[in-house]
This record gives sequence, C-alpha cells and structure tokens, in this order.
Amino acid sequence: MAAKKRSKKKSRKAAAEKAAADSAPAAKPQGLVRLLEDDGSVAKGKDPGLTEETLLYLYEQMVQVREFDRRMLMLQRQGRIGFYGPILGQEAATVGSVAALEHRDWIFPALREGAAAMMRGLSLTEAINQLIGNGADRCKGRQMPCHYTVKEGNYYGMSSVIGTQISHATGAAMAAKIRGDDIVVLGYMGDGATSANDFHCGMNFAAVYKSPCIMFCQNNQWAISVPLSKQSASETLAQKGKAYGMPYVRVDGNDILAVYSVTKEAAARARQGDGPTFIEAVTYRRLGHSSSDDPSKYRDDAEVELWEQRDPVDRFRVYLEKKGLWDEDKEAAFKDDIAKRVNDAIAAAEKEAPPEDETLVTDVYARVTEQQKEQLAEVLALEGRGVNTGAFPL
Amino acid sequence: MTATNPQTGKGQAKTKVMTMLEAINDAMKVEMRNDDRVVVFGEDVGKKGGVFGTTMGLHEQFGDNRCFDTPLSECGILGAGVGMAVYGMRPVAEIQFLDFIYPGFDQIVSEAAKMRYRSGGEYTCPMVIRSPYGGGIRGGHYHSQSSEAYFCHTPGLKVVIPSTPADAKGLLISSIRDEDPVMFLEPKAIYRHAKDEVPVGEHTVELGKARIAREGTDVTVLCYGAMVPVCEKAADLAQEEHGRSVEIVDLRTLVPLDEHTILESVKKTGRVVVVYEAPKTGGFGGELSAIIAEKAIEYMEGPIVRVAGFDTPFPYSLEHLYMPDPKRVAAGIEKTFVW
Repeated sequence: MAAKKRSKKKSRKAAAEKAAADSAPAAKPQGLVRLLEDDGSVAKGKDPGLTEETLLYLYEQMVQVREFDRRMLMLQRQGRIGFYGPILGQEAATVGSVAALEHRDWIFPALREGAAAMMRGLSLTEAINQLIGNGADRCKGRQMPCHYTVKEGNYYGMSSVIGTQISHATGAAMAAKIRGDDIVVLGYMGDGATSANDFHCGMNFAAVYKSPCIMFCQNNQWAISVPLSKQSASETLAQKGKAYGMPYVRVDGNDILAVYSVTKEAAARARQGDGPTFIEAVTYRRLGHSSSDDPSKYRDDAEVELWEQRDPVDRFRVYLEKKGLWDEDKEAAFKDDIAKRVNDAIAAAEKEAPPEDETLVTDVYARVTEQQKEQLAEVLALEGRGVNTGAFPL
Repeated sequence: MTATNPQTGKGQAKTKVMTMLEAINDAMKVEMRNDDRVVVFGEDVGKKGGVFGTTMGLHEQFGDNRCFDTPLSECGILGAGVGMAVYGMRPVAEIQFLDFIYPGFDQIVSEAAKMRYRSGGEYTCPMVIRSPYGGGIRGGHYHSQSSEAYFCHTPGLKVVIPSTPADAKGLLISSIRDEDPVMFLEPKAIYRHAKDEVPVGEHTVELGKARIAREGTDVTVLCYGAMVPVCEKAADLAQEEHGRSVEIVDLRTLVPLDEHTILESVKKTGRVVVVYEAPKTGGFGGELSAIIAEKAIEYMEGPIVRVAGFDTPFPYSLEHLYMPDPKRVAAGIEKTFVW
C-alpha cells in the first residue's frame, strides 16, 4: 500500500515536471525573447548596453521589493495586516518594464505591480500604510491591501476586478493621443485577465484607435488555482495580439534585460505613433495567489522548484557580478540596508492612527451629500459602537 | 425670442424653440466649444449623428478627435471613457439604448463610481454617460427599459433625468461640468414630444434641485422624465373629475435627491403619489415612499401610493397596459383620498 502511494506520488511528480518543462519559456513555440542566460551570460552582441547606474537601479528595485514582499507576508501571518498578494518570482517583469518608460508615462497596474508603485514614488512607509489601511494611507483605508495609488507618479489606483484596468489604459492612451501629449501608457494584466471581457474590449479599442499603449501580460501560469491550460487554448497568449492587429512579443519574464528591451521597443513604437504592442512575459507565481491561498492543494512542489532555479534576481546578480558591478560585500551591505529600511517603515506605519470616522463619507462625491451627512451623524451619535473586528474569511 | 431665465427668475435670456433632442445636441455643442477636454463618442454618433440624431453635426463641426464612432462594445465605450476621465478629459459616452448598457455595467459600478473613494481622492472620473431610456415607443424588451434604480443604488454616481427641453440642456451642461460620473438618462418617448423655449448659449440647471412643475394644494405627485407630461394630464383629469388641486414635483435628479422640496410639498398637501415607469418592485419610487414614511409620516392623511410599471419584462404588444398613463395616475391620486 505504502509502495503504491509512493509510486503514485512519484508519477505525479514526473507529470508535474513534464508540465513545468512544457510551460518553460524555451519549450514554447513562436520564439521567446531571451537575452540573459541561466548562468548570467549574454550572447555576444545581444547585451542591450545599459549604463551601470541603470543596471544597479534595476537590481536594487528587485531586491527591495523581494525583501518587502517577504516581510509583508510575515506581517500578515502575524495578524498585523489583513491580506497580502505576494510578488515573489515576478520582480523582473515589473521592474524591467517600468524602467523602460519615462517617468511621465502612465501605469495601470494589476495585483502584483507593487514594485512599479515604489518606482513611481511610493515610499515603503506609504506602502505599509496602505496595507494596514491606517489614517495616513493614500487610499484613506478604503481598499484591501496591495491597492496602491500614486497620482504624482501617474500610477493608477486599481480595483480588485480582473481586467477592467485594461480598457482604462486604452482610454488614457486614447486621451493622450487626442491631447497630443507625448505619453505612453503601460497596462498590466495577468494570464487570467486574458479571459475577461475587458481584455477583448481594451485590446480592440487600443488597436482600432492606434493608441500609444503597451499591454503587458504577466503570464505567471496560475490564476488562483486555475492553470494556464484551463485559461486558454491558444498556443501562446502573445499571439492574441495578432487577432487584434497589433505587434506582439513573447519574452522571458524572468530575464530583466529582455523585458526591459522589448518594453523599450514597444514604447518607442507607441511614441512615434505606431500604436499599441502586446507583450506576454512568461514568468511564474512561486507563492499562493494571496496570503489566503494554499497552492499545495492544486500544484506540485516540483513545478515550483523548477521555477526557483529560474529565479530572476539570482540570474541578474550573476550577470552583475560577471560585469564586476556587484560582489558579496555589496550584496550583504545592501541587504542590511533594505532590511533596516523596511523595519523603519513598519515601525513608522504602525504608529499611525486609524482613519477618521468622517472619511467614511468623504470622496464618494466631490461634496458630501445631505443624505451621507445625516447617515453619519446618526451613527456617530450612538455610544459604544465598538471596533472593526472583521477578518478576511479565506 | 427672449424669456425669463428659468434658473434665476430674472434677466432676459435669449431663447430658441427646440425639441428635447435639439436641446441635448445644443448642450453638447456649447460644452465642446467651451472646453476642449469634452469628447463625445459611442456607436453611430459620428457621421450619422446618432440613431436618434442627438449628436447630429458634432463630427462635422469638431472633427474626428472630438466626436467619434466606436466599435460595437458598451464595455469598451465605458471602460475607455473611464480611462479618458482619469487621464483628465471630460468624456461624454453615449450608450445607444439603456437596455444595452449591461455589458458595461461593471465599468460603471465597480470603476467609475468608486474611483474617487478608492483612491482617497487622488483619481476622479468626471464622465457623463448619456443614454435614452423608457417605454411607450413600441420598443419591446430591449428598447424600452427604465433601469435607473440600479444606478441610484450605486454610491458615487449621480443620476439625472430631464423632462423638458430647457432642463435637458441645462442639466446636461451641468453634468458635463460636474466633477463626478453622471448617468444622464434621456426620456426618448418625449425627445420630440413638445417644443419649448430653450435659452441660447450658456445655460445650466443645478444638479440636486427638483422643479415644481405645477403648484397645487391637495396632493403631491412625484415623478421624473417621460412621466412628467403623463402626470400633468392626470392632474388635469383629477381636477376636472374630482376637483383635486395637484402639485407636481419633477425630481430632475434622482441622485443627489432634493429631499427638501419633496418633503415641503408633501407636508403641505398631506398626500402623495409616486409615479415611475420601471417595474414596481425595487424601483426608485419605493425609495421615495420610504423617505416620506420616515420623515413626514405625521403629515400624511392617506396612504403613499405608487403607480408604476409591472413586475414583468417590458412587453411589446401590451405596453399600453404596462406604462402608467393619465388614467392610472388619476386613479392613484384618488386612492390617496379614498382608501
């Protein structure tokens, strides 16, 4: 019996390895843009030749968000924040694409683009204020965690609905074009969102109006527990761009140099009036969908392990080391520095008071309505209303 | 022609005789000239000028960038509109019939309505969604519905429904200038119903202010949109047949609601009929009834009566039974006296 169980487990593992290998970027058809090899080398003549400053910036952003991610998941486990959507494994796709834009360009994020918010000016303390939902939160404690907003950095405050931001990115790009502004719009989505109606509307409108945007799909292979194979029967997600009549490209999402390069090209196309590009960045969600999810229920560890070997941060560090830009001492010092900054940010954010009661009714409209004033006054007049003891029940 | 400015009650504003349809068209022209952030888009709104003609001439006058046709996708129209508004434009999106708005419903209730709140005021969505609504035009299920209640139930949206050409123009200009998303629902049954004096050029009507369409002392009728002329005829019947002096309150905007005017009228008359053409159950008239019951029950001398559509899909051949008409409203008025 035990032997049978073991062999069943073994065959499951083999199947998972095969599935993982099939989903591996190199195994897929239609080509895949890849510059950085697993050993940190770049084929001759393929190095995009970024400045030392840019290279270090990319690395530091990835390491910072990775440490932030790790600590926030811990805070969630300790009950200090209510929910968290981890980024682990997808750092290169976000950091590389945002870095390829100008600061004035707009970003319409999905759930795992926290690094983009930070690159657009969200401080670590502000990010944690949002995760706690305290009075200093830019959203005034009104949204679940990971719904950041940074107006001055043109980083848009998203909803939790999958895919709606795709048509917003299109609309903003249409507006930029109508206004004659030199602005490119970067709209993110996950692989699951390619099934949503707004994917179709947003992609179609973007192409019809030749709007200056980049539709960037972070194909992390999983939409909560549903694998890519159940999401789409397309050979690749990238090819969906063809049906809408826009250029499309499939890139190794764990290769920050490749992500940077294809996004830069797409941005140049958009800026010179040649319309949108669809980018499929093949990456992997190494943790659960959120702090509420246990992926061991639906996928095999072997698949995860395989993707751990394709880690985007390690790969890029080796590249930097080979170039002589990074070493163990720098790594240790930088990690200490980030750990300290995250600690300080947690301490600062946890000192903030909850939002004022009045913010329950402000910002619904430009002005609070008579009805809202009356509703709030009625409740505030009551004694002993207690505190928020709600917990996300998943 | 000149007439008294209906807003200020003074001045001699220049006016022109127009249908509601022409007044809506005029409002968009005025605002497109005033503000180059205003863009008008939707299905068939370009060269054709809209299936009803509300956008006639806009494409010709303002060009492709300011008035354009879209792919056949309500979800896309509204989603792109949200993106434009967030970016800083003043989009005016047309949904050809309110019955077809549901593929884009998510974009209205989850996105436009919550933009300001969810971003702590960092992002806003000053978009106008224009759409013809309502029955009485032999439109069957899918060209007749009156689904304003869905939108009134979504905080963050304003809901505006004009009943006269002058109000249609003034309310639409105010809606375009508003800082928040506005559902501007146009009573298509009376698009060409009656011509009226409409102020030329600038003309605004404040959102959130009801209009006393007719003064009376015995009973209040609350109504909006295409039901206003129906209620006016019913008031004539009630006067002729039973000598009732009927006060008609045209709500003009359902959100924000002018409770003050409603309650003042109801307290004065002690009787009220609420008229709406949507299905009776869960309609906005239920909300009006509840407000009166909560805040003015001690003034009431009879039951709060609703005259509404049926709890059925909108019918085709039997729409004359479905729609509140002067006779049904007059019967409702009598119910507040004899029960």
